[in-house]
Amino acid sequence: MSTLHTINKSPFSHSTLASCLQVCGKQDGILLLEDGVFGALASSPCAEELATIIETGVRVYALKGDVNARGLQEKIRAGILLTDYNGFVQLSIEHKCVQSWY
Amino acid sequence: MIFSLAIYAAPYTSQASDSAYRFALALLENGHTLYRVFFYQDGVHTASSLNTPPQDEIHFTHNWQALAQQHNIDLIVCIAAALKRGLLNKQEASRYDKPAFNLAEGFEISGLGQLVDAAVISDRLITFGG
Repeated sequence: MSTLHTINKSPFSHSTLASCLQVCGKQDGILLLEDGVFGALASSPCAEELATIIETGVRVYALKGDVNARGLQEKIRAGILLTDYNGFVQLSIEHKCVQSWY
Repeated sequence: MIFSLAIYAAPYTSQASDSAYRFALALLENGHTLYRVFFYQDGVHTASSLNTPPQDEIHFTHNWQALAQQHNIDLIVCIAAALKRGLLNKQEASRYDKPAFNLAEGFEISGLGQLVDAAVISDRLITFGG
């Protein structure tokens, strides 16, 4: 049973992304939104763990609007997929449940 | 597909209530159904009829009222979370002998059972935390 994990807090100030990465399964997906998009930076505290989990096949998304609103469009690491609210809705359908970390 | 949303975040405090509203718009635009929005913890502040943001800022109370009317969505506010934060309907104001009530039209005060019901009835329950 696959889960979509949503992270809306920056890993620079909260541990939700770190906690999520510890339990995220191979079939799961991760969506970074709001200040959670700071997790998409190559310099983020969870960058290494995130890179490892992407290599295992987990898809990691970031909400484009929230990335742009913070001026991070040029700074997000390779391998992170950008999406919008229509994509968010679609992701919530493709996964069996949605776990919000906040 | 049937969706319900649980909003734990206060309006204007974090971005979460804005995210929830945008998600609601997107799912409706994509032809899905929004069965219920459950306002819990600080999220109950969304339902105050006294919310008066500046005219050029988002009015979450009005936005949810309009969306609910247009798409027949249940807007439920947790009674325990609401009362302790000073959000009352006419009946509760009278029960506790309060001079006024402030639950906005279109919102309904009810119990946590309505969140469980939303989880059972809906294909997806999405939580927006503050």
